[in-house]
Amino acid sequence: MFFKMVFRALTRRKGKHLMTAFTVGLGVSLATAMLGVMFDVGDKVNRELKTYGANLSVIPRGSSVAGEKYEFADEADAEGAAGEEGAIDRSGHAGHAGHSGHSGHSVQDFLSRARIPEDELHKIKMIFWAYNIVDFAPFLSTTVFVGDNPVNLTGTWFDKRMVLPTGDEVETGVLPLKSWWEIRGEAGDDSLPLGVMAGETLARELSLEPGSSLEVSTPAGEKINLTVRGIFRSGGEEDNELLSPMKLAQDISGLGGLVDRVEVSALTTPENDLARRAAKNPGSLSRMEWDTWYCTAYISSIAYQIEEILPGVRVKAVMRVAESEGTILRKTQLMMLLLTLLTLLCSALAISNLVTANIMERSVEIGLMKALGATNLSVSLLILSEMLAAAFLGGAGGYLVGLGLARFIGLTVFGTAVEVKTVVIPLAALMVIFVTFLGSLPALRALLKLKPTEVLHGR
Amino acid sequence: MTENMMEIRDVSKIYGPLRALKNISLDVPPGQWLAVMGSSGSGKTTLMNIMGCLDTPSLGEVTLDGVRLAKLSPGELTAIRREAIGLIFQQFHLIGYLTALENVMVAQFYHSMVDEAEAFDALKKVGLGDRAKHLPRQLSGGEQQRVCIARALINHPKLILADEPTGNLDETNEGTVMEILHDLHDAGSTIVLVTHAPEVASHAERIIVLEHGRLVSDNAGKNGPPPADPAKSPGAAPANEAVGEASDDGAAIGDDAAVKAANAASDPGGLNPTK
Repeated sequence: MFFKMVFRALTRRKGKHLMTAFTVGLGVSLATAMLGVMFDVGDKVNRELKTYGANLSVIPRGSSVAGEKYEFADEADAEGAAGEEGAIDRSGHAGHAGHSGHSGHSVQDFLSRARIPEDELHKIKMIFWAYNIVDFAPFLSTTVFVGDNPVNLTGTWFDKRMVLPTGDEVETGVLPLKSWWEIRGEAGDDSLPLGVMAGETLARELSLEPGSSLEVSTPAGEKINLTVRGIFRSGGEEDNELLSPMKLAQDISGLGGLVDRVEVSALTTPENDLARRAAKNPGSLSRMEWDTWYCTAYISSIAYQIEEILPGVRVKAVMRVAESEGTILRKTQLMMLLLTLLTLLCSALAISNLVTANIMERSVEIGLMKALGATNLSVSLLILSEMLAAAFLGGAGGYLVGLGLARFIGLTVFGTAVEVKTVVIPLAALMVIFVTFLGSLPALRALLKLKPTEVLHGR
Repeated sequence: MTENMMEIRDVSKIYGPLRALKNISLDVPPGQWLAVMGSSGSGKTTLMNIMGCLDTPSLGEVTLDGVRLAKLSPGELTAIRREAIGLIFQQFHLIGYLTALENVMVAQFYHSMVDEAEAFDALKKVGLGDRAKHLPRQLSGGEQQRVCIARALINHPKLILADEPTGNLDETNEGTVMEILHDLHDAGSTIVLVTHAPEVASHAERIIVLEHGRLVSDNAGKNGPPPADPAKSPGAAPANEAVGEASDDGAAIGDDAAVKAANAASDPGGLNPTK
């Protein structure tokens, strides 16, 4: 009978309950959208911030020392430097003092040890947090001459597609990594070995335009005719450089299969005390802390994992970018949370008015139930059940509308749809219950005080 | 179990400066049909509320079927109401979104177990077997009142309290409702009928008249003998003594119509009952 009464009240007092459902639906739709965005805003903001540059820089261990040796030292010095911990040999294996030996090494051998093997780079997409690595691009700098003027030519991957041993396909390179670059003409193409892109400043100096030919000399005196496919503006030092496919830079420098450095853009979780302690010394963590840290996408744990998989490298976090990301993310999430709470509060107030009006309107009916022997509890349960049923109906509709709203917000603000997490469903259900109870409380108090004699006989 | 279905001793009800009931004492034996008469504000509804456990007296004591109500908590009063009392209202008070049958079942639901067949039988007894699935708005006033009566009877209450049951009905429907009440009385139900209409009150075995909260008259109705023992109704004064008695505030009391009706009702040739 209880459910029949609830059902009849819902179906035969449609207007009133639709109003309740609509109010709850409105609140839940906004809250769902806010929560959806809040849970997904991390990725979205991270992706937005990725356009401001890589947040991880991968360099060979001891590279700065090696650089000095290359520029100024003789072979003996170079051999000594080869003992720097973690330098990588040409074949990509981690080198340690003693492994390299002390005889038979040329300057070229030494140079190769201070760089990173290109064919190992795919491993960056095989770490624990592989899916958080958005893009990465290797760089190898060398010098060419235009006439007598030295020009920096940097080899890179423009937009390289590779297949991982896992079978996954990866597409990465400098173009997706530096998506904010303004390019005039065509972008570089990894399959065109002599096609380069010129930085805007350099192009102006050399009067280069997209499609121009440019003859350069290598340090060995070899002349190469390059085609300028496009002019780019980065706003950085790259504007003074030529950007070429990696193979060309490697051929010119004689460093086949090696790169200077790799810039990595990763989606990260804002740093906390644990992450900061781990960044200083992972060994200082307890086993549990270590697991937590390792299994969280902190920038330090991602850096650690890259160092694990590429033993000869050092990974530096570009903290200015990482910290900005964390701050923006935290503030955005806090704002979304506050908006969600405000929305729910507004819904609760509206529900409160509706339930109070409902109880006042039905005071005779409630008085009658009490006169017939209904307890306060049973009447309260009846009213609450009606409200909850209407609220869940509205909540379900509101949830669906909220999904659409979240999608709209995602598309409008971030350019991609927000993926609403499954956790939002139970949260939405809890919101419905919370809002309905909170909103019904004042009216229920009035209901408890209602005396049948006051409403049945008009006293 | 005491001899009387209800015993009221020196009951007063005070609302701030207003004394709605003043030292009412009254016994209602089982099976009696008692009519409570009085003008508006005389306290008859207040008395009915106290008898129906919907309200509590400020002073005095009420005993229902041997249970002293003064000692009971609101929850226990609710239970007594649920178990022992059937209420019939002037405005019917049916739940608008439930059918006639469901309105009867509501009383079953709050009492014990819902039995649709029994509820349907109750409707058939009041002549509404073919209207069971209708909503209140689809029923006439008389039909709604009959649903209200079926709801009051469904749990076999010891005491039926009817507050102006024909107040909103035309003559035909009034006759039908009174006929049902007669049947109930004949079946042994104890009925307390509150009315201001002499012709309705005249159906009762006994008629009491309230004036300004006082019981001023207690007489036999057309259908019954006078109270068995006047000593058991210590608050009652013979109607002829009550007429013209001054009220507490000095105003002349006496709803002439009510008191005369009470006297007339005791005279078999005085009124022509609707029945």
